Amino acid sequence: MGKYFYSVCKKHLNTLLTLIFVGFLFLVLRWADTHLDEFTLRIMRTGAVYIVAAVSYDLINGITGQFSLGPNGFMALGGYTVALLMLPLPQKAFVWFLQPQAWPFNSFSFPVTWYFFGLALVLSGVMGALGAFIVGIPSFRLRGDYLAIATFGFGEIIFVLANNLIPLTNGPLGMKGIPELANVYWCFGWAVIATLVVKNIANSSYGRAMKAVRDDEVAAEAMGVNVFRTKMLAFVVSGFFAGVAGGLLVPLITTISPTLFTFTMTFNLLIIIVLGGLGSITGSVITAFGFAIASELLRAVESPMQIGTIRIPGIAGMRMVVFAALLVLLMIFYRQGIFGQSELSWEWILSLPGKVVDKEVAKKWKRDETSS
Amino acid sequence: MSLETFIQQLANGVSLGSLYALIAIGYTMVYGILRLINFAHSDIFMVGAYFAFFLITVFHLPWLLSAVLAIALTACVGMAIDRIAYRPVRNAPRISALITAVGVSFFLENLGLVTVGARPKPFERPELMARVVRIGPAAISGVSIWVPILSVGLVAILLYVVYRTRLGMAMRSVATDIDTTRLMGVNVDTVISYTFAIGSALAAAGGIMWACKYPQINPLMGIYPGWKAFTAAVIGGIGNITGAMIGGFLIGLIEIMAVAVFPALSGYRDGIIFGLLLVFLLVRPTGILGETLKEKV
Repeated sequence: MGKYFYSVCKKHLNTLLTLIFVGFLFLVLRWADTHLDEFTLRIMRTGAVYIVAAVSYDLINGITGQFSLGPNGFMALGGYTVALLMLPLPQKAFVWFLQPQAWPFNSFSFPVTWYFFGLALVLSGVMGALGAFIVGIPSFRLRGDYLAIATFGFGEIIFVLANNLIPLTNGPLGMKGIPELANVYWCFGWAVIATLVVKNIANSSYGRAMKAVRDDEVAAEAMGVNVFRTKMLAFVVSGFFAGVAGGLLVPLITTISPTLFTFTMTFNLLIIIVLGGLGSITGSVITAFGFAIASELLRAVESPMQIGTIRIPGIAGMRMVVFAALLVLLMIFYRQGIFGQSELSWEWILSLPGKVVDKEVAKKWKRDETSS
Repeated sequence: MSLETFIQQLANGVSLGSLYALIAIGYTMVYGILRLINFAHSDIFMVGAYFAFFLITVFHLPWLLSAVLAIALTACVGMAIDRIAYRPVRNAPRISALITAVGVSFFLENLGLVTVGARPKPFERPELMARVVRIGPAAISGVSIWVPILSVGLVAILLYVVYRTRLGMAMRSVATDIDTTRLMGVNVDTVISYTFAIGSALAAAGGIMWACKYPQINPLMGIYPGWKAFTAAVIGGIGNITGAMIGGFLIGLIEIMAVAVFPALSGYRDGIIFGLLLVFLLVRPTGILGETLKEKV
């Protein structure tokens, strides 16, 4: 019995360690939820939403190698879905004061409960996936970089529609008073799901087909990979999680307007996945969370600074200049990013203590050698 | 619609279309040679307008001289961007070059926001452009007449350079096969540099004329014209200069006419063009004049 248990453990060591990690994360979140202040929790939740978005973006850009500029559009679809479904009816009447809201959303809202919120999130993911499907079909029939312009165009169409379809979206005014449902459990729960799903896809035969398409499309086709279907799968899954990320972001900040999902959102995600290493999912996870923290810290760059007696006035918008320059410099000098295309795996983490011990032993021997 | 408004809108659409054509040529030339969507092109357009603005209002140079100087300066900026940002990633995977281009574009936009501010600045236009001309029953602004004439002139010069000079021959050769061209003893990097210079000069000319047409400039003014011009390049057949012109005029006319005929659509103006792009990708992805590109393995 003991031997059997041991062999099962050894065979499924990675799964077991992942489960333990998720359990540990849950305990940390329990503690954080009750002990940390609202501001810190907010940064954590934003970080988790960024993880969902970045991991899904990395699936299409990093693993499949197709340059999409679409996440902001898909996130907008998801965000509006959740906002329309979860905004309580009295609040809807209050928000649409200029024009009446269109049927069916004027007479129907989900009750503000956690399971309906879960359903709304899944629906927002479906909307994102549907958007990806619609853009993917014309773009992937062609070889080349048409996806970039088609996805950008799609994002702009969503922006234009959100601004003009006032009976549906309330136009530039947007909606406010959306129930703050996206707590740490929802955000991190979806971050874990997105990471696991994308990582398992990447390790499956579908994922190998995606990587083959990225590295050499013609060779992959010659090997019998259905290039169109492979790209579509990656893009639709990516769109699903982007939609969920948008759906999480809206009840986190409790308001929505078209300007929430501009191209800047896509740009931030692009920096995240490039810095983490295009094609490295764990890299995206770590940099996504780091980015949420760093963009708060970098607000210091924009506020006035006092160095000794010299006073430097704050420059609003300097943050984005720094980020843009960073992206270009990364591409020129540090193209592989922090993780390259490799993943942070349990094997590597478990080998760490061994490496440290080895190093210390080696150091000791060297010292003994030189002293003797 | 009365004949009067029709002529006015037609002139409006043609002048807008000729501006799209000028910008689209820069996109299509770079794409033809490097297979790179130069996202920064739309911001080079903005830089050109700002150079002209500063030369006119700060240095008080004559209008025409400022325009010429601004075009030359912008050409240098285009070459510098190629040298600093694009050349180091030329042999990297294609997605790296695209990301670099997005980064450069965002850098220029945000640098513009930080240095000159987000507030739109009034652009001084020459009397010739501001004057209103009467053609038959319609009153047409000078801009709508001069912009297409100047654009066609610039394109004629460009076509001469591309099809009648040694530089043009080298450019066409690089577009066909970059490695063979290098073996023939052509300095490919120099040719690419000149391509960026020419494309940026046309974008600057477009930017200045755009500022004459809509006399207010801001650091984000390039985004929409740039993307619509790229759409024009795709619709015309990417890599094809004549196609880019046709696409540009088509997009300009459709944009103006759609709103003129259906005023209710005015809010959806930008959406129509991008919807058209999606339709074109689905129905005729090679564009109007484009031929199927053979994949080099």
